[in-house]
Amino acid sequence: MTPGEPLIRWDWIASHLDEFAFRLGEHVELTVIAVGVGFVMAFALSLLILRLPRAEGPITWITGTLYTIPSLALFALLIPYTGLTILTAEIGLVGYTLLIFINNIVRGIRGVPADVREAAVGMGYTPREVLWRVELPLAAAVIIAGIRVATVSTIGLVTVTALIGQGGFGFLILIGLQRFFTTELIAGAVLSVALAVVADALLVLLQRRLTPWAEVA
Amino acid sequence: MNLLGDVARWFADPAHYRGSDAVQTRILEHLEVSGLAVLVGILVALPVGLYLGHTGRFAFVAVNVANIGRAIPSLAAIALAIPIAGTLLGVEHGLGFWPTFFALIPLAIPPILTNAYVAVRGVDRDVIEAARGMGVSEAGILRRIELPLALPLILAGIRTAAVNVIATATLGALVAFGGLGRYIVDGLALQEFDRLFAGALLVALLAIAVEVALRTFERAAVSPGIRVRQGAL
Repeated sequence: MTPGEPLIRWDWIASHLDEFAFRLGEHVELTVIAVGVGFVMAFALSLLILRLPRAEGPITWITGTLYTIPSLALFALLIPYTGLTILTAEIGLVGYTLLIFINNIVRGIRGVPADVREAAVGMGYTPREVLWRVELPLAAAVIIAGIRVATVSTIGLVTVTALIGQGGFGFLILIGLQRFFTTELIAGAVLSVALAVVADALLVLLQRRLTPWAEVA
Repeated sequence: MNLLGDVARWFADPAHYRGSDAVQTRILEHLEVSGLAVLVGILVALPVGLYLGHTGRFAFVAVNVANIGRAIPSLAAIALAIPIAGTLLGVEHGLGFWPTFFALIPLAIPPILTNAYVAVRGVDRDVIEAARGMGVSEAGILRRIELPLALPLILAGIRTAAVNVIATATLGALVAFGGLGRYIVDGLALQEFDRLFAGALLVALLAIAVEVALRTFERAAVSPGIRVRQGAL
């Protein structure tokens, strides 16, 4: 901020719409990969916990510890092995989603009333059918609540990956910070928050569509 | 790659325990800014959360604060705090401790406020009605019934806030603050992987140590009869 420089230069914003679109693409890509891969991994681990309760302690301990490690530290620890690549960013981002997903999937499925499950078994459902046609639909509201939390926090964390050469809107924040150029910095921050809000709203719509019987919190 | 050997040598080098860039100095800086931010967060968010939970009014405030808090990118919070700190302190660029501190406070508030609200709201209404019937005052209900019963979740919220704040304080190095992020940011800039790795290890260990310490405190502070296993995220 040199003296006389306005906080936001609207002409700069108007002339950089192409770059915003490009950074949006990067940000969405990093987020979708992290949430998608994280969900698949967490789903498998959750099924393991539900079948084998003894696995719950170690799995929640490991994912909980991973969740505790500061993001910049986790990315930095990976750099010597995977370099300044998208892989480094994704390993970290996926790692942070696991605890959130596992918590919600396990809690959601355990929350299915026992008599509902018994009724399904009594009607001749196989364990697989009980899972896909009874437990998962009833747990859907809690699971989607977990997807909302994971998506919103991943969108925020993606900005930090700018420090390892990725970052979507985080790139704008970082460059704005290095040049003391508040327009770019604020644009990056506002766009990142806006993306999180839009993604959250879309997931609320998805939840209403998938679980019309549930009250949306 | 002999990274682990390099890192071990880095930790063994007495030069890294002297002067303004000493390991112990960086740890103290990190804890100082984080601790103060969490303290301010508790002072602001706890009374509000308890009040909202006790009265049951303004539920949407408590819920939305949590969602907004999650959406704020930590990098943006730190970056935006520079012009804010500059304006508040009357200098051109507020750098160092103040922008880091200002950026951390809004990150500490949401988990504390929301957990306090949810915890107090979740106290069994029958227990409260019984106390009210016995003539316990509203303040007494909050202090002697709701607060002890809500304590595990309240402390879980403070723990979440502390871990978030310690993680974000690492980014303070980008705005010329010290702390353990200094080693990571400088190591990254200079391509010195031993320094980078040492800093990352130290800050990861610090976050885990604080989490464990707060859990131990929680075990001591919460009545055994009302311990809950799973805290809210």
